[in-house]
Amino acid sequence: MTQHNRAKFQPSGKIQFGIFFQGVNSGTIWKAPESGSQTDFESFRRIAQTAERGLFAAFFLGEGLRLREHLGRPHALDVAGRPDAQTMLAALASVTSNIGLVATQNTTYNDPADLAHRLASLDLLSGGRAAWNVVTTDNAWTGANFRRGGYLDHADRYVHAEAFVETAKRIWDSWEDGAVSSSVTADSWAGPGHARRVHHSGQHYSVDVTPRLPRSAQYRPVLFQAGDSPEGRDFAARQADVIFSAHPKFDDAVEFRADIVSRSLAAGRGANDVQIMPASEFILAATYEEAREKKEWVRSLQIGPQQAVAYLEQFWGRELSAYDPDGPLPEIDPVVEETSETRGSGFHGAKARQLAEQWRAEAKEKGLSIRQFVSSRTSRVDSTFTGSYAAVADTLAEYARVGAVDGFNISPWLIPTGLDDIVNHLVPELQERGVYPTEYVGSTLRENLGLATPVRSEPLVPVQL
Amino acid sequence: MSGNSRPGRPGFLALELDGDGAHPAAWRKARHAPDELLNGARIRSTVLAAESAGFQVATFADGPVSSGRDVAGRLNALQRAAFAGPVTSSIVLVPEVDTVYTEPFHVSTQLASLDYVSGGRAGWLVAASGSTEEAAAVGRSFAEGAALAQEAAASVEVSRRLWDSWEDGAVIRDVATGRYLDVDKLHYVDFETPSDFAGPGYSVKGPSIIPRPLQGQLPVVAQAGLLPSDADVVLVSAPTTSLLAAEVAEVRRAIAGGGAVVGGGAVDRIGPAVVAELDVVLDSRGQSASARLAELDAFTPWSSSRARFVGTAAELAGFLAGLLAVADGVRLHPAVLDVELEELAQLVLPELRRRGALKPFAQGGTFRELLGLERPLSRYASPGSEN
Ligand SMILES: Cc1cc2nc3c(=O)[nH]c(=O)nc-3n(C[C@H](O)[C@H](O)[C@H](O)COP(=O)(O)O)c2cc1C
Repeated sequence: MTQHNRAKFQPSGKIQFGIFFQGVNSGTIWKAPESGSQTDFESFRRIAQTAERGLFAAFFLGEGLRLREHLGRPHALDVAGRPDAQTMLAALASVTSNIGLVATQNTTYNDPADLAHRLASLDLLSGGRAAWNVVTTDNAWTGANFRRGGYLDHADRYVHAEAFVETAKRIWDSWEDGAVSSSVTADSWAGPGHARRVHHSGQHYSVDVTPRLPRSAQYRPVLFQAGDSPEGRDFAARQADVIFSAHPKFDDAVEFRADIVSRSLAAGRGANDVQIMPASEFILAATYEEAREKKEWVRSLQIGPQQAVAYLEQFWGRELSAYDPDGPLPEIDPVVEETSETRGSGFHGAKARQLAEQWRAEAKEKGLSIRQFVSSRTSRVDSTFTGSYAAVADTLAEYARVGAVDGFNISPWLIPTGLDDIVNHLVPELQERGVYPTEYVGSTLRENLGLATPVRSEPLVPVQL
Repeated sequence: MSGNSRPGRPGFLALELDGDGAHPAAWRKARHAPDELLNGARIRSTVLAAESAGFQVATFADGPVSSGRDVAGRLNALQRAAFAGPVTSSIVLVPEVDTVYTEPFHVSTQLASLDYVSGGRAGWLVAASGSTEEAAAVGRSFAEGAALAQEAAASVEVSRRLWDSWEDGAVIRDVATGRYLDVDKLHYVDFETPSDFAGPGYSVKGPSIIPRPLQGQLPVVAQAGLLPSDADVVLVSAPTTSLLAAEVAEVRRAIAGGGAVVGGGAVDRIGPAVVAELDVVLDSRGQSASARLAELDAFTPWSSSRARFVGTAAELAGFLAGLLAVADGVRLHPAVLDVELEELAQLVLPELRRRGALKPFAQGGTFRELLGLERPLSRYASPGSEN
């Protein structure tokens, strides 16, 4: 047997795509006549089937457990409202056959036994295509929607998340392989001692359960992780198969890869064991010029006058509707000490007054209006590939060559047709360059991502039921 | 009381689709290998068979599985129902969802989502788990007796408020003002458990994270007595078939006498639909029902709190025709799904249709329509607002 050097990172030379159906967000255009419903199943079905036609590895759903607020009321300007991830993915499982189904699910507002069972159900229903994107949002504000509320300290969240994930893995690994009989003439439905009871008793929760389900075709759901702090990265390096990262720019991506490789090695895993798929947006056309025009159009619909002012209001903590979106940034100061982006999308925590001064100076120097400034600032701009199909394919081929990323999790700016040009034009260009799959290599997500069969979380000691 | 509860009108049939059937040893007579039970193909084939047979409702049981030689695994009921949504077109999908050990906020959004993926064909079979196993699995103390009913009522109330928390038409997509939402149509539900709540009290803020379900409010199905004032469908059991019709009449009288109402809004009320529960074993392929039952019972005896019909398809059709004259519907629990469903589809349902005992097949209809319920206005909508 050839000994692979597990300590050395080897680029796969391939790029995979996932589709991130965002639901709640400020980037999906709803103002254009061709933009469809964000909640009707038909939108989900169409986009998932388009992605599958384009051999996408995964269909990805985010999660937010409280409606976002702006200056104390629900936020009126952004796309809002999204179905429950696992319910939607279970429905999509019946109308797709190869694409992976990734549910973002919170570790703070779920019970491990219940969540693990639900994910195992999705995994079996889909024939081994389920994945869990582990997130840890723990603010008490979201907790107000839950029985056990905001019980978790910020500092504790990854400790808690890790115990949660470990417990889930033990639940998924609790049935012996081949435990279920293959004939109705067998003596029992499942072999004796087929399942192990899982017991966990810890600071935040206790679990004592005999799991109800055998392993799936991919053994257990694939684990994604989204979270960028050092603790989050270490957690991913120990537990995750794929990181949904926020680092799509080339140099940044290369640096992030190096960081994750060293954290994986430190965690006792192989250099290639944790894949990376950054969030991204593509604005493509036949020529660069057309793509640039398209981008202008997309941005103008994403950041209209009201959106631009509202963006600043999040940092100023006050109403700024008297300001002209096409004029300069407000010269008045924020009313808050620290900035707080729209509740529900993360806490910024920067010194508000300093930030306001800095932004005013920057806008003045570059001669930018409120609208132009906000447009230039929104994080989505950093994660955008704009250009001709061929040029963007060349760029992505370079990512693949050095192994900067394993793929991209694409946020379409239009639902449900936002993947059409990617599937029809970009994918063939990538295939021609040999950097994109030409077929689904297997029927499970784990196979399609090229992930190794997971090792059981601990040795199986069967117990008599 | 509306015509919904008047006897003599055609009723509907529901079929419980759990595992290989209601008999614990059902898997031994299934027409597939045990390891083919827990997958999407099985859900698809059984729910489509039920739909094409003319069942108007499919229910999906949940909860821990029993132990022993006949233990079988079980997939989450709500996800099975969701999987069935896009592949069916008329059958109503009603998963059992626990209220005691699950988060009401999650339950509410999951059920609302089921309504979206099924085009308004979703319902909720409310369970209140009195099982120590489920308590231990989520690390909570065990609830029993009156506490169960309180947990169930609180969870249903939270869901109902969350379903109403986006009024119809809250998504406005107003390009001129840049507003995607009309914030005046979103509401904090501010639910608090009552002061005499038996379990750990809690509150839920809201609004929901998903727009109002297609049906406005999903019909809530519960065993008689569990949700005395808040069920849209009441399931009635009796120890024997001969007592079932009388029990249905008794429950209906109790509901009418107690002035029971449906839902929580200030709309015109009608009594809940009353559905009889029935275990079914039929003659099949030259084998008598009683012989089939004896064979299954030799592996593991089937104990159930429901009345059990054991006999021929023709006898069952006669019995159901009589029962449907007093009940709004009957839910059948087949001993062995693969076997009983074939008999039901070929012999029983056609006969009931011939007798005019079954409601007509309604493509694209909602569960509320099947029950004769109006689509209610959100409780938070100001009077006169209409969409
Ligand atoms: C790319 C990316 C996507 C995320 N998506 C979600 C999401 O859908 N839902 C959610 O609750 N949190 C989401 N998060 C938040 C993380 O779970 C986490 O709470 C947050 O990043 C803070 O953790 P950190 O300090 O480790 O970054 C996301 C984070 C990243 C980086």
